[in-house]
Amino acid sequence: MDRYRVNLMLCGGTGCIASGSLKVRDALLDELKKRGLQDEITVTLTGCNGFCAEGPIMIVHPDEIFYEKLKPDDIPYLVEEHFIKGRPVQKFMYKEPEKKIAVPTMNEIPFFKYQVLRALRNKGLIDPESIEDYIARDGYMAAAKALLEMTPEQIIKEVKDSGLRGRGGAGFPTGLKWELCARVQADQKYILCNGDEGDPGAFMDRSIMEADPHVVLEGMIIGAKAIGANKGYIYVRAEYPLAVRRLQIAIDQAKEYGLLGENILNSGFSLDIEIYQGAGAFVCGEETALMRSIEGKRGMPIPRPPFPVVKGLWGKPTVLNNVETYANIPQIILNGADWFRSLGTEKSTGTKVFALTGAVNNVGLIEVPMGIPLRTIIYEIGGGIKKGRKFKAVQLGGPSGGCIPEHLLDTPVTYEDIVKTGAIVGSGGMVVMDDSNCMVNVARFFLEFTTDESCGKCPPCRIGTKVMLDKLIDITEGRGRDGDIELLEDLAKDIIKTSLCGLGQTAPNPVLTTIRYFRDEYESHIYERWCKAGVCRALCTFYIDEDACTGCTVCARNCPVKAITGEKKKPHRIDQTVCIKCRTCYEKCKFGAVKVGPADMFKEEETVEV
Amino acid sequence: MPRLTVEDLKRIKEEQKAKRALREGAYRVKVTVHMGTCGLAAGARDILNYIMDELNRAGVTDVVVTTSGCAGLCSREPMITVEMLNTPPVKYCDLNEEKTRRITREHIIGGKVVEDLAFVAGCETSY
Repeated sequence: MDRYRVNLMLCGGTGCIASGSLKVRDALLDELKKRGLQDEITVTLTGCNGFCAEGPIMIVHPDEIFYEKLKPDDIPYLVEEHFIKGRPVQKFMYKEPEKKIAVPTMNEIPFFKYQVLRALRNKGLIDPESIEDYIARDGYMAAAKALLEMTPEQIIKEVKDSGLRGRGGAGFPTGLKWELCARVQADQKYILCNGDEGDPGAFMDRSIMEADPHVVLEGMIIGAKAIGANKGYIYVRAEYPLAVRRLQIAIDQAKEYGLLGENILNSGFSLDIEIYQGAGAFVCGEETALMRSIEGKRGMPIPRPPFPVVKGLWGKPTVLNNVETYANIPQIILNGADWFRSLGTEKSTGTKVFALTGAVNNVGLIEVPMGIPLRTIIYEIGGGIKKGRKFKAVQLGGPSGGCIPEHLLDTPVTYEDIVKTGAIVGSGGMVVMDDSNCMVNVARFFLEFTTDESCGKCPPCRIGTKVMLDKLIDITEGRGRDGDIELLEDLAKDIIKTSLCGLGQTAPNPVLTTIRYFRDEYESHIYERWCKAGVCRALCTFYIDEDACTGCTVCARNCPVKAITGEKKKPHRIDQTVCIKCRTCYEKCKFGAVKVGPADMFKEEETVEV
Repeated sequence: MPRLTVEDLKRIKEEQKAKRALREGAYRVKVTVHMGTCGLAAGARDILNYIMDELNRAGVTDVVVTTSGCAGLCSREPMITVEMLNTPPVKYCDLNEEKTRRITREHIIGGKVVEDLAFVAGCETSY
């Protein structure tokens, strides 16, 4: 790595960007290059310093000098004085305000520190029901640029060069999809937005639609111009009433302002967008099923090819992109492909939004540069595991994804690295699980979901997932047999190979990854009749470790069936004939004295005694 | 509203910025109540009412109260952001009636950050 003499930490927080820090950066880079200092002095954009009112702000390391309210015109003088002559410039320096706020800044709180907002740049800043608020944050400027100054080829080139890949899960290059559709000659084309977010634990798209609905419209306008479509649909599930309402308000406002409809911004380009409310079938997130659903038919996938870019909605060339994908487009058009590539890795550019949920301390919606390790997301942004418990796995990609174990936590979050673990980046659901989770039961949960949501059209998915689910139920209920694990693996491979659509092709992933990383749990379920996490009731016995028990009586007081007895400050006991294995004592005990043993632990003792 | 041109867009942008900007003699404080699904479920609507109630009682007119979507930290809703002239925006989370009324009186009206309740100051990196 190059060593620099001076590090210029320029603030890239929303406040400083608004007051012009990007222009200051460009001026700095220009001037440093002009003076031949580019190899000695580096410019880094940082998170918010909290002094937004004094922005743009720049801290010079190692001198620790704090400059404020910098303007591009100040830069030549500043560079000459400070970095050539070594005389820090007083007049740009920060003056200590009379009162300081004793509140931590975003740089000091890991939840905010590691985030970079692009798709979510307006989150929490604008009123989603006000188009003026959106316009005030450069809204529709990218659409204006695309419609008035760019050809479809130029738009496609910019998006292709940016390296943007579909944020809905599969990660198909967006620019390439647009190019394939643009090439097809047709009297009618459609541009669609997929807001049918259905993964358990995922809420990225809902949040974007609720917080910044206009960005979705603007992304669609740009895409429509690129492929030559003049009709668009946003497919949103009806369970998202707030998203539907705010999108509808946004569409109405955009129409009123002539930003949708005929001859947008006098460019000669026309586009009409409608919302189509889905009934909440998971399979309708699959592109061909989604299109059938809009056509008014039952949401079932059809074989591809022909791909939707050639033959999609009502048989016409159609592009379908995810909500977050569209949210990235306006910034790419405004700032260019190189800017977009400045974050992320070679093959996974830009940022990704995740819905971070489960056993972490900070649950929320986050946006991080691609390539960030999972560990940073979970332990820094997420603030670690709740109640000081131990991390067990992180589930990525919902029912199509997989569970990633502790030893792979340094995996960078990129499309290619996550796939190697057996999971997928997916649409961005990230469910963190602690050691109180049984991985066999987790696999069963996801398979229950996909079996339920399978549309039933193709047998591998309809029957295969059901057979797998039955096996998993057997294992979790104590009827597991030797060979079950191998049978599951075998079935999984066949289902992946022969299913019609993405739902079936990925449904076995949660089972395969849990077998891959937590095979010992499957084995202890089958051979020891022991669910060590104490989740599968048929496969565990709760008992009190008398050495660890302090006799605090918490367990006895919380037991709903009065199965626990014992005097104060003396070890307690659980009456196995009364215990219903509700886990309450296990969760309430502060001393870890309640233990989980195999199903037969006391039965065996009795046998020995007899 | 007639059909917009690019010039109109730029004009609206500047007008809106000026309208929402905090400055001497106009709005002194901007309060944003985060009203995504998470915020609403946690009671953001009531929080907005408490703020309005306190402001009405005090007869304050130089405060703009606005709503926005999820601020990202769903587990700490309801949440508000208070931005005063010449200071970084401050976020308060896990709000209830008592905290909200206090913040409204001490920070929004009184101009002094409620340090024991404030969660974070500033805004995220966004470039």
